[in-house]
Amino acid sequence: MKKKPLTKNIRPGRGPLTLKEYEKSGGYQAVRKALKMTPQQVQEEVKASNLRGRGGAGFPTGMKWSFVPMGDDAPRPKYFLVNADEMEPGAFKDRLLLEGDPHQVIEGAIVSSYAIQADIAYIFLRWAYKLAEERLARAIAEAYAENYLGKNIMGSDYSLELYLHVSAGRYICGEETALLNAMEGRRAIPRTKPPFPQVCGLWGKPSVVNNTETVCNVPHIISNGAEWFKGLGRSGDGGTKIYGVSGRVNRPGAWELPMGTTIRELLEEHAGGMIDGYKFRGVMPGGGSTDFLVGEHLDVKMDFDSVQKAGSRMGTGTMIVLDDKTCPVGMVHNLEEFFARESCGWCTPCREGLPWLAKILRAIEEGKGEAGDIEILKEHTKLLGPGNTFCAHAPGAVEPLQSALKYFREDFERHIREKRCSYK
Amino acid sequence: MLTEEERKEIRDELKRHAHKQAACVEALKIVQRHRGWVSDEVRDIAELLEMTPDELDGVATFYSQIFRRPAGKHVIRVCDGVSCWVMGYDIVRRHLKVRLGIDAGETSSDGQFTLLPISCLGACNIAPAMMIDDELYGNLTFEKIDGILEKYR
Ligand SMILES: Cc1cc2nc3c(=O)[nH]c(=O)nc-3n(C[C@H](O)[C@H](O)[C@H](O)COP(=O)(O)O)c2cc1C
Ligand code: SF4
Repeated sequence: MKKKPLTKNIRPGRGPLTLKEYEKSGGYQAVRKALKMTPQQVQEEVKASNLRGRGGAGFPTGMKWSFVPMGDDAPRPKYFLVNADEMEPGAFKDRLLLEGDPHQVIEGAIVSSYAIQADIAYIFLRWAYKLAEERLARAIAEAYAENYLGKNIMGSDYSLELYLHVSAGRYICGEETALLNAMEGRRAIPRTKPPFPQVCGLWGKPSVVNNTETVCNVPHIISNGAEWFKGLGRSGDGGTKIYGVSGRVNRPGAWELPMGTTIRELLEEHAGGMIDGYKFRGVMPGGGSTDFLVGEHLDVKMDFDSVQKAGSRMGTGTMIVLDDKTCPVGMVHNLEEFFARESCGWCTPCREGLPWLAKILRAIEEGKGEAGDIEILKEHTKLLGPGNTFCAHAPGAVEPLQSALKYFREDFERHIREKRCSYK
Repeated sequence: MLTEEERKEIRDELKRHAHKQAACVEALKIVQRHRGWVSDEVRDIAELLEMTPDELDGVATFYSQIFRRPAGKHVIRVCDGVSCWVMGYDIVRRHLKVRLGIDAGETSSDGQFTLLPISCLGACNIAPAMMIDDELYGNLTFEKIDGILEKYR
């Protein structure tokens, strides 16, 4: 049970634990413990655990928090935001946590808020997660009634207000500075960094944005200690990870496993291998904005550094499988249509470049591709790459394309040569 | 003109916020809940929020789930995320098109259904998936879709 701290309370097919049941299974002990520690001690413990952000970039959580101004002179109010916008194509891991154990999300938000001495916390929830919305709202009310939220929590001198914000559908809202603009009621375009949100965030005040899964890890680190957390993983990055697999496998799903579980183990043991009649061709390891990996990478460990070394990103840890009967050109076309549609339009390379890529890919897929198209595509993976745009949306968008051109180039060439898609 | 009820709900929402503008997404959702879409009453909402109508329209048009055009009684959102695409989004959409006589972005002539493509619903383990109003449906097959549609007719 201790090996799966994040999902131990999740009972498929049944509702989440009520506050009383959650307390009985050890819940809210981390809040009580943290309130007896100093905020610095909470931060130190999380830093020592080497918890890395589960929102995609793997930024060390303790370090992120350490940039928040502390003490009596710090600007107020300070904000803590749980990023539950989950809109990455192929990602469905936060949904599991939000629907399955809402009190864990709330406890994580309280302990994290305490660590940076936030006055107000928000859960920024994706509109489509209706069940999560209902369950979170109920759990928040329960937590207020028992004084885990509100004034002088558990008789301490720490107070926290927690609100649920339900968004209205736009991928870019998940980018942390766009999320801040969304919260302020503006068009959710990203902000320039620096200044970083920890110093100048929501309404210009110190703010931290953390992913739902990151936040859920925090109470367990405080309850059980940094060493215990590190011991859960199979590689340098500590803890467990919620991994997911979708595509033509026998048992698509999400599972909590030791950080560093290999791609092969995930596909074969947990997802039950490929469906009869389909062969594995490739996989996007961490959602739609990560580079494809192929057969030679099956033994790569799914942790931030190992996947990066293999030429991709662990991202959200929810992988999408490409099989031999699915057209890689069509798949990348689907992704670029998504990224083009979800571009916020703020900077030119992304706003103009992504629709162009989508258009070329559509043409190739429909048998109207021309000689030279592949070179144009390739050039754009550079032009839209890191450093040329305002935020990481465009660089993420070209990752599946650049790797598809590398591993499945023959498919692109054949489409152009034969003027048709041979998968149809 | 906003109804008294809409006004009251927006005012109640405003109590939760230190900054009025922060309530704008919720205010738009309130009006949409009552009308099915956000008509040019945007002006009245903006006044309550102390925003200019343009500012508020800028927010309203930013979000895919705020409708600035009338929608049908039931909104069918078909997930076109990559996992659903692999698992058969195209055939699901084509089947819905045949059954409802409308294409993506259109509303049926009886005003019952609006069909919309939607970015990944986070239901990749039960792909292909769709949402009708607030209800999620996965592992879609032709028979299953037909059965589901019956419930809404
Ligand atoms: C286009 C874009 C979309 C993003 N969407 C999400 C999201 O839906 N959820 C999330 O947690 N992080 C998302 N991120 C990452 C956030 O910007 C941020 O890094 C993350 O929430 C930080 O949390 P962490 O440090 O706990 O990982 C997105 C980033 C980009 C560039
Ligand atoms: S890269 Fe794209 S999404 Fe990011 S700011 Fe520029 S236009 Fe907006």
